Amino acid sequence: MNINMTLIGELIAFVVFVIFCMKFVWPPITAAIEARQATIADGLAASDRAAKDLELAQEKATAQLKEAKAQAAGIVEAAKKREVQIIEEAAVKAHAEKDKILAAGHAEIDTERNQAKEELRQQVAILAVAGAERILERSIDAAVHSDILDKLVAEL
Amino acid sequence: MSASAELTSQDYIKHHLTNLSTGEGFMTVHWDTLGWSVFLGLVFLFIFRSVAVKATTGVPGKLQCAVEMIVEFVGDSVKSTFHGHNPLIAPLALTIFVWVLLMNSMDWVPVDLLPWIISLVSGIEMSNVYMRAVPTTDPNMTFALAIGVFILIIYYSIKVKGVGGFIKELTTQPFGHWSLYPVNFILEMVTMLARPLSLALRLFGNLYAGELIFLLIATIGLYQLPVHFLWAAFHLLIIPLQAFIFMMLTIVYLSLAHEDH
Repeated sequence: MNINMTLIGELIAFVVFVIFCMKFVWPPITAAIEARQATIADGLAASDRAAKDLELAQEKATAQLKEAKAQAAGIVEAAKKREVQIIEEAAVKAHAEKDKILAAGHAEIDTERNQAKEELRQQVAILAVAGAERILERSIDAAVHSDILDKLVAEL
Repeated sequence: MSASAELTSQDYIKHHLTNLSTGEGFMTVHWDTLGWSVFLGLVFLFIFRSVAVKATTGVPGKLQCAVEMIVEFVGDSVKSTFHGHNPLIAPLALTIFVWVLLMNSMDWVPVDLLPWIISLVSGIEMSNVYMRAVPTTDPNMTFALAIGVFILIIYYSIKVKGVGGFIKELTTQPFGHWSLYPVNFILEMVTMLARPLSLALRLFGNLYAGELIFLLIATIGLYQLPVHFLWAAFHLLIIPLQAFIFMMLTIVYLSLAHEDH
């Protein structure tokens, strides 16, 4: 074991290497590592937040869907009710219309019947006069007996 | 490779344990240790610096991922052991871990490969090529690291606790009575000095032994191939483990230096 100048040389080399490492190697590498660690931590936190947001959004969407379904069911229900109502209203209207038409028909029939009666009366009167004329021939003056005939017509 | 000129195993091993050096006595410089360690240190700094320059905070590339894994591993080790705030500890631990790991990894390079290449390129005979490629098998290397750490231990002990506090820590425990303070001091000094010694010698011993076994294996002829493979596979465990132990103990010692009682 011979200790000699080599030791001094190695000692100097050691000191120089350590100083170089301390000044130019260690700080940038650890800085890069720490920066990346921070980035990764941020990314993980962001992804956690995103997952939570997604969960919330899904819950919200589910709730909205439920609400929409309930609304749709309500609308259908209302529509059914309205349908029944419309049918009822239509039925009522139809009845009223039918009654009106029936009434109008009756009224027309009545007036026509009255007219016919009137015509018949007049024709009967005419026929009666004509018959009487034929029977009595010319002896009967229509003008003199018209009051009697009118009375007869009014009695019909 | 052991058969050249009826070289004995002993000579072969001795040759491989000789550094490429110049100078005499204390002024000797092991150029192979120095060269490989500085080269590997520069490889470490070049790779990590290039990642640091291009580091994106977005999706990282494969190299950046690998570098970040190592940085995070070291950072976690520091965080779990060292509770003070000191911007030096983590880069120091990273430098020690990766540098020692790279230097230990040179153990996997076959023991004769580099001398053979050098001999081919330079034309020098292999028996004259001296090249120990694993810097951590040189006590100069491991002691340099340990002494560097030791200086930091003393520096932070004094900085955190003050000179008085540091002396108090060295003298007033484990025995509380004033007459035993010199005994305490001797005990504490042993503890103190044992730290760099154990740091340096553990790494050196493990890697030197490993290298020695590689050399022994290289002397047994053709059958060295499976044995060499097994020993290299075993080093998959030893090499990172020793680097990790050195780093971890550095952190622990500096953490103790920062603790103020």
